[in-house]
Amino acid sequence: MASITLEGLKKTYSGDVHAVKGIDLQIEDGEFVVLVGPSGCGKSTLLRMVAGLETITEGTLKIGDRVVNKLEPAERDIAMVFQNYALYPHMTVYNNLAYGLKNRGFKKEDIEKRVRIAAKMLEIEDFLERKPRKLSGGQRQRVAMGRALVREPAAFLFDEPLSNLDAKLRVQMRVEIKQLQRRLKTTSLYVTHDQLEAMTLGDRLVVLNAGQIEQVGTPMEIYSHPASMFVAGFIGSPAMNMLPVDYLKAQGTNGLLDNLPDGTDVVGIRPDDMHLAPPTALHLTVDSTLALFEAAGAESHLYVTLADSDQPTVIRVSGQPPVAEGETLRFFVTRDALHPFNSVTGKRTGD
Amino acid sequence: MVENRPWANLIAHIVLISGVALVAFPVYVAIVASTHSLSGLLQGTLPLLPGGHGIENYTRMWQAGVSNAGAPPAALMLWNSFIMAMAITVGKLSISLLSAFAIVYFRFRFRMFFFWVIFVTLMLPVEVRIIPTFQVVADLKMLNSFAGLSIPLIASATATFLFRQFFMTIPEEMLEAARVDGAGPLKFFKDILMPLSVTNIAALFVIMFIYGWNQYLWPLIITTDPDYYTIVMGIQRMTSEENPQWQLVMAAVVMAALPPVLVILFMQRLFVKGLTETEK
Repeated sequence: MASITLEGLKKTYSGDVHAVKGIDLQIEDGEFVVLVGPSGCGKSTLLRMVAGLETITEGTLKIGDRVVNKLEPAERDIAMVFQNYALYPHMTVYNNLAYGLKNRGFKKEDIEKRVRIAAKMLEIEDFLERKPRKLSGGQRQRVAMGRALVREPAAFLFDEPLSNLDAKLRVQMRVEIKQLQRRLKTTSLYVTHDQLEAMTLGDRLVVLNAGQIEQVGTPMEIYSHPASMFVAGFIGSPAMNMLPVDYLKAQGTNGLLDNLPDGTDVVGIRPDDMHLAPPTALHLTVDSTLALFEAAGAESHLYVTLADSDQPTVIRVSGQPPVAEGETLRFFVTRDALHPFNSVTGKRTGD
Repeated sequence: MVENRPWANLIAHIVLISGVALVAFPVYVAIVASTHSLSGLLQGTLPLLPGGHGIENYTRMWQAGVSNAGAPPAALMLWNSFIMAMAITVGKLSISLLSAFAIVYFRFRFRMFFFWVIFVTLMLPVEVRIIPTFQVVADLKMLNSFAGLSIPLIASATATFLFRQFFMTIPEEMLEAARVDGAGPLKFFKDILMPLSVTNIAALFVIMFIYGWNQYLWPLIITTDPDYYTIVMGIQRMTSEENPQWQLVMAAVVMAALPPVLVILFMQRLFVKGLTETEK
């Protein structure tokens, strides 16, 4: 159990490639923090720097009160779950779990005890004598988790651990990881590019882009108050619609757009904040043509083109509304659904 | 494949069987010849059925050898060959495993340079460097010793290269997982790499053993003491006599051929087992 402190962490590869450009982050004891971002944003590199698998070019990394910049992974008291599990193929599941403990000079009885406890927790007791290749993807995933668990480390590091599983298993494992972490209260750092995983797992999210932090906050904070156009577009699916203020004003306004913060030239609107029925509150009205109708069961996605514009826009409504492709739709947006941005800086201007 | 073409089947079998016969016939002749007396062999036509002198020939070759041809007892020569072949095999495997490990997993200066240096030596078989090597071995006073027989042949670019290629197919995460699990480089080598390489080691063991066993020129030039003669050069000595005793030569040939066969049979089990147990 320990906090993890990142101070001005930088990673520069030879050839002047800046993979991580100065990260400051404080992860509290027992907290579950998710690093999320598009591929190539440096999230995996950052995690591997914390693990000790990549050297730190600049900055300070503390686990607990210890500066661990120069320590080997094994000395940092962390455990890592890899994307492809990296189980030792020639060892039984039992030995896979026990290997790290053996190397640390644990006594045989202690190893036995810890492996049994971890196996029980992950429900892999029946496979202990099998080799990894005789296990299914989900079972391998559990073994990989078990290998991290038996060590009782100060922190868990997860490197996209669910991305090799099929959709159903992914949801199930996601829930289990969350419950496990709640129970053990071990500080965890989790890397993913899947925003749904990020939203559901993390106590806090760190949205990374191009080696820098875009925003840190609880999932709901980030969803309801994205700090930049990047975060707004990255979190939430379908992505937030970005409409120029000038266009909305030209569509006829009723004063609703007049009190936007200074510098706002783009407003973001979540697909589910665009209503087909007029609300009672003061609202904007925009006309559009339905280009594509996508029924997704409990909800539908309407891909529309706005009138006098070729701006693609998505609307999400629950159920299946009685609309046909090519039809003209009028939708309504209230003031509190508008996220004001400045398109030059890419930052949120207020609210 | 499900096919029913009797003619194709028949032709395929004829081709295969004649191939086998072509390879097996000389071996058969050697075995038959080793069971006749010398006079039986020199009567003109080579007998194709076993004679009655087998035990006598083998016992004589095994215990006494052909001293006037400079061939000590086969028992001694087989033992010498075995020691030399084992030393070469084990030496080659350990050195090439370690050097491949160094080249793949350590970032040191001139890494690629060293790799290419090793690789270039592939082009230099023993015969090319035999004079300077002899000079070095003679200066080190290793003539007429097992060290002299085996050490100069131990460095192996082939095995190093093959192990390097194999190590590069092992996912990097395996090393990283081991590092997180607290395994240092040597522990990783011993606990992870070696067990994963069993199949390759077994296959190379066979190749290297046969290579060592069949060494002829090198033992011939560095041994003058009959105590260190190997079976392959012993056979050569017996045949270069004025009136070779063919029945004894053939007995020696059959005995010389056996150990490699045994090694293959024994190792085959190991690498078939290895193949089925460590995929992925």
